[in-house]
Amino acid sequence: MRKLSLPSWIPTLIVGLIVFFGVLYARDNGHISAYRYQIFQIAVIASISALGLNLIYGFNGQFSLGHIGFYAIGAYSSALITKDYQMAWSGSRAGALAWMMAGQFGIIAGLALIRMLRLDRLRRKITQSTSSYLKEHETRMVCLLPVLFIVAAVIGLGVVATLGAHALLDPGLNALVEGLSDNVARNVIFVLAILNGGTMAALVAYLVGLPLLRLGSDYFGIATLGFAIMVFTGLQNSDMVIDTMRGARGMVAIPTWTTWGWVMATFALLVFLMRNLLRSSHGRAMISVREDEIAAQSMGVDVNQLKTMAFTVGGLFAGVGGALYAHLYGFLHPSTFNIIRGFDPLIIIVLGGLGSMTGTILAGVGVVVLIEELRVILPQGFEDWRFVIYPIILLLVMLLRSEGLMGTREWGWFRTPVPPERDIPLSTRQPATPATAASSEDV
Amino acid sequence: MKVLILKNSLRTLVWAIYAALAFGLLWGIVALVRMNGPIFFIQAIIDGLRLGFMYALIALGYTMVYGIVRLINFAHGDVFMVGAFTSFYAITRYNWSFVPAILLAMLICTVLNVVIERVAYKPLRNAPRIASLITAIGVSFFLEYFTALSFVFGPDFITYRRPFPVEVWNVGGILITNITVIIVGITLALLLSLQYIIRRTKIGKAMRATALDKSAARLMGINVDGVISFTFALGAALAGAGGVLYAIAFPQILTFMGIMPGLKAFVAAVLGGIGSIPGAFVGSLLMGTTDVLVVSFMPMGSRLRDLIAFLILILVFLIKPTGIFGEPQAEKV
Repeated sequence: MRKLSLPSWIPTLIVGLIVFFGVLYARDNGHISAYRYQIFQIAVIASISALGLNLIYGFNGQFSLGHIGFYAIGAYSSALITKDYQMAWSGSRAGALAWMMAGQFGIIAGLALIRMLRLDRLRRKITQSTSSYLKEHETRMVCLLPVLFIVAAVIGLGVVATLGAHALLDPGLNALVEGLSDNVARNVIFVLAILNGGTMAALVAYLVGLPLLRLGSDYFGIATLGFAIMVFTGLQNSDMVIDTMRGARGMVAIPTWTTWGWVMATFALLVFLMRNLLRSSHGRAMISVREDEIAAQSMGVDVNQLKTMAFTVGGLFAGVGGALYAHLYGFLHPSTFNIIRGFDPLIIIVLGGLGSMTGTILAGVGVVVLIEELRVILPQGFEDWRFVIYPIILLLVMLLRSEGLMGTREWGWFRTPVPPERDIPLSTRQPATPATAASSEDV
Repeated sequence: MKVLILKNSLRTLVWAIYAALAFGLLWGIVALVRMNGPIFFIQAIIDGLRLGFMYALIALGYTMVYGIVRLINFAHGDVFMVGAFTSFYAITRYNWSFVPAILLAMLICTVLNVVIERVAYKPLRNAPRIASLITAIGVSFFLEYFTALSFVFGPDFITYRRPFPVEVWNVGGILITNITVIIVGITLALLLSLQYIIRRTKIGKAMRATALDKSAARLMGINVDGVISFTFALGAALAGAGGVLYAIAFPQILTFMGIMPGLKAFVAAVLGGIGSIPGAFVGSLLMGTTDVLVVSFMPMGSRLRDLIAFLILILVFLIKPTGIFGEPQAEKV
């Protein structure tokens, strides 16, 4: 007997719509101030970024402390594009966009080429043929030489590809920007900027993750922490490379185009993508990597590929979140992306529950709103107590509910439905083990 | 015959690469020495080692705690800060001299860290490890922002009054201050006593046993909770002394001053192989020296020093994933 019930997406959609229209209505009728309206947007943006980290850590078990780095990359790269549209700092209104897209194309082309060359196979062949008479470190040096040459050649090709793509893209995009009416062109540029912010972050995540994901869990966390600090220091000195990023003085005059509608639309799209990714075979394999890497590998799961994939997609989420954030205040400062703020996504996902999308969304909104509301609630002269009370709350939540608010439970549409009877023979079905146990080993 | 030729030529190639690398390193050092003269270079190395000794005092706390409870104790840098402030109040307000001030700082940090351990980490010993990491971050925030309140330490930079006048000795052009001597002396003394505690005493044996296998240690009748508290206390005492020395060397203190030295020292501990005490020491010296060398020799070095430090971390990871002295992790199936 199956219980008759609503499809699970209906209540979820209804809640989403209520929140969306509720905030719009409240703003239009003056129930919430412009300040609170911005807080809500930041809250959702923080959720987007945290969802990316939850994919990396909560669902795939890779302890990353460098999420804020990808957020920063997304923010700055998208801001460069939209600022260019308004101020033409690079000389033409779509110059930055063209360079960024061409650069990504070049990198992807180079990466694809390296993949096609099968360097690992080359290395294995050399190792096999020389291992009988060379020591291990000697073999490694012998391998290093051809690999270095090939990589150098590929980088050269990537630069050529970048220049070629730029030559094609630049006139096209400029013509597009000039040809369209201002309103349309603005939206097109904004969408492209958000997309580019996301893909830039994803690309960097891929490049960073490729070597670093081989490290053990804690070491990976520390290496990504190092990456985030490198991004932060790089941004502080960014005016040495691109003057308009202005380094430690902060980047100004970014168009403030982010609205509640844009934020929620992006959020809905990304949540949809993530939920469906997690329910695909790749997603299930990701979760299996979290549960037990060796067991997953012995079941034929390509662990390295899945780790890289989760890390890249997580970076994409952070980049998109950063892009939206950049256009909220129109001002970017490296201190927004320092290491202290870098713990925020981690705090959010642990509070919400590792491996729970619902929990991440709730905790993301909750943490941001809590921090900002403390500013309002606290009496005059006690504003400095904001970050004294916040860690106390954090400590209490952790001490009382160490698995997070939701654990691994989900609500509504996010809940993975039990597969239909015919898929799994009853005899092999076993009660699901709670997944929180796994995360205890993978910090 | 053919294989032999191939083998020899390949081996020659390998040693040629090594020779080239060694030559490059040597050439780099010679170029650095020639850039501003050998005196400047040696001065930079000495300053770097001095910084490294201070990092070592913090890094040891990180590495011991990690070795025993596998926790990245993010609050450690803030314990270091409390040490600096304690000595500031002792010296400036109550006119204490240097030795009692540093002892007081060590004592207060010890008490503080044991309290932190009991309140924030011990209840979570059986929870997922990430939970105690988050509480560590929470404790770190709390210490930073609570002490930044105006009635505690205040949110501004405070100029630290040194408890003794600075003397500078000129040794063949190299300037050595009594601060350097004191830092190196105190650090070495603390390190040797730490080594003594860990290698020669009963509690040290218990610490090593607990680090190796907690449940087995408990079965052998070791009071594991006590050992963990003792480890936190030892680490905090070292960090407290480090805080005082740091404040004497760079006499400006702030409640947020612990973040960056803390992170650097942590990275140094990881560089040396986290969990290993000699590793933490060597890693710290390496970290301090590169820090100062980057600042003195690289154009824009003072702005890029953190970037270089973490770049080195990542490069070391790529070559030796568990750090210089770290043992490869054996994965149990």
